[in-house]
Amino acid sequence: MSEPHAEEPRRAVDPEPAETAVVEAKDRNPWNWLLFVPIVVPLITPLFNRDAPRLFGFPTFYWLQLAFIVLGVGTTTLVYQMTKKRR
Amino acid sequence: MWKDHLTEIIIFAVLFLLVSVMGFVAARWRAPNDMAHLDEWGLGGRSFGGWITWFLIGGDLYTAYTFVAVPALIFGAGATGFFAVPYTIIIYPLVFLVLVRLWSVSHRHGFVTPADFVRTRFGSPTLALIVAITGIVATMPYIALQLVGIEAVLKTMGVTGESALARHLPIIIAFAILAAYTYQSGLRAPALIAFVKDTLIYIVILVAIIYVPYKLGGWGSIFDAASAKFEKSPAATDGLLLNANNQIYYISLALGSALALFLYPHSITGVLASRNRDVIKRNMSALPAYSLLLGLIALLGFMAIKSGVKPLPGATKGTVDGNTVVPLLFDQQFPDWFAGVAYAAIGIGALVPAAIMSIAAANLFTRNIYKEYLSRNATPQQEANVSKITSLVVKLGALAFVIFVNPQYAIDLQLIGGVIILQTLPSVALGLYTRWFHRGALIAGWVAGMALGMWMLYQIPNLNTKREHFGGSNFPLEKFGFDTKWTIYVGLVAVAVNLLVAVLLTLILRAARVPEGTDGTTPDDYFADEGDPRVTPGRARDADSARESVA
Repeated sequence: MSEPHAEEPRRAVDPEPAETAVVEAKDRNPWNWLLFVPIVVPLITPLFNRDAPRLFGFPTFYWLQLAFIVLGVGTTTLVYQMTKKRR
Repeated sequence: MWKDHLTEIIIFAVLFLLVSVMGFVAARWRAPNDMAHLDEWGLGGRSFGGWITWFLIGGDLYTAYTFVAVPALIFGAGATGFFAVPYTIIIYPLVFLVLVRLWSVSHRHGFVTPADFVRTRFGSPTLALIVAITGIVATMPYIALQLVGIEAVLKTMGVTGESALARHLPIIIAFAILAAYTYQSGLRAPALIAFVKDTLIYIVILVAIIYVPYKLGGWGSIFDAASAKFEKSPAATDGLLLNANNQIYYISLALGSALALFLYPHSITGVLASRNRDVIKRNMSALPAYSLLLGLIALLGFMAIKSGVKPLPGATKGTVDGNTVVPLLFDQQFPDWFAGVAYAAIGIGALVPAAIMSIAAANLFTRNIYKEYLSRNATPQQEANVSKITSLVVKLGALAFVIFVNPQYAIDLQLIGGVIILQTLPSVALGLYTRWFHRGALIAGWVAGMALGMWMLYQIPNLNTKREHFGGSNFPLEKFGFDTKWTIYVGLVAVAVNLLVAVLLTLILRAARVPEGTDGTTPDDYFADEGDPRVTPGRARDADSARESVA
């Protein structure tokens, strides 16, 4: 396996790199797109920029953003489980 | 007077000494075959499993300064300061997607720094040098800020003096100890100390969020007190909620800070030290526990309002040191001994990131300046030695900064640091996905982004400290000619322009058939995992056999 890499490999880059397509294909897993949910949702301020309803005395602005942490954890866990390599 | 704080000082000193001993012992922890190699000293043998990585990266990203400055911001401005929560939520999916690829390609090629990757990917030592220098310059003030965190605690305990030497002696001693055990144990020292640091912080915060609101009359009344304070204040930028003018700033600051954070050399060092891809991915689900912690710590700022905290005076007359807000709250609300534990948590909390940052900066110097330009044939042992010595120099520099320069400059420089580290996004983060960009275009984009970022920061005054330039990162859009009161985070605008220039120039350079350099990586490299064969540049090293099979 290590033969082709014995010395630091140097190869010219295609002007139109065909290999990039292969890279994307191998990494592409539809589950990964789900990760954009916890990236985008916490940035939509109209969702949470209000005081009422309060929860344990916390205005919505504060408790809902803290709740987004759970959203982040849930999503990354799900994507991790779904994209895990089977050994 | 320090005598009033004797219990606090004793507890602080005892815990501090305890972790110092741990720092020295760490060299023997998970005993390396050969410490005289940069992989061992600078990356802990690339062998950390799930738990260690969780403590290490958590201790690395959530610094003492964060714990002090975020509540201070909430105390002063309210809702805007809560950007730290969305910021630390969105960083983990980003790492999950992007830095795992960096781990793989680094594992295969033996890269230690992001600049190593850029050099091989784009075949451009110049671009790598730019990435390395950007990383070092952005990291230095961040290390100095950790000292600012410790100083806030010492100041509250009354450990100050008339002469500059007396005032700074405790910090000089603390940093000398830190420097010594980092020199000896490398990344293993902060990894081991992180266990203590994080445990202390979790205990302190759990107590704080239950005990303090109980004493102050409940969460509802804490938020009401804050709301009343902001309604009385004439400033337009504060409030319990965001207003129409600072929402874009909030969004762009959260996104920009997240993009910047995972480009910082010390974050990358933490990620590269993990054992395999799985460890990183699992940690992205577990690390948000720290975000919850940070969100709760942020709210200490509101508790301080309710508790009636008055920040101590700042370095220059007429200013206040907002960073003393949290230490003062602890002093008012906790019994002495527990306040001592809380101070130790902040003080030790400064040591972990300071150590990792100095290691990351030292690695950048060694790999991308020393080895590239000064000593081409350096052996791994020489690399490790140069890195160890550089880490000392870096810490001395940070120390000198805090002693001889107004600490306010460290805060300003860190602000600038976030903007400039973002300018490595196209070559490092996008470079992990595509080789489309031309190396010349990436350099030009970096120059454009830096220039614009500096100009924008220069335009922003600070109303609190009465300075005209570099007063914040919220750029008013009206200066671009828009008829609006909206503000936006400088870094995000600068990196957008950086990208635009890089795209346009790539098209032009390609049309002109300017040589693109060679790509030393193969598509497979970005998925390599533990146990896959490695290509180590220069002397081949069979790395992956016995050592990594250890659980």
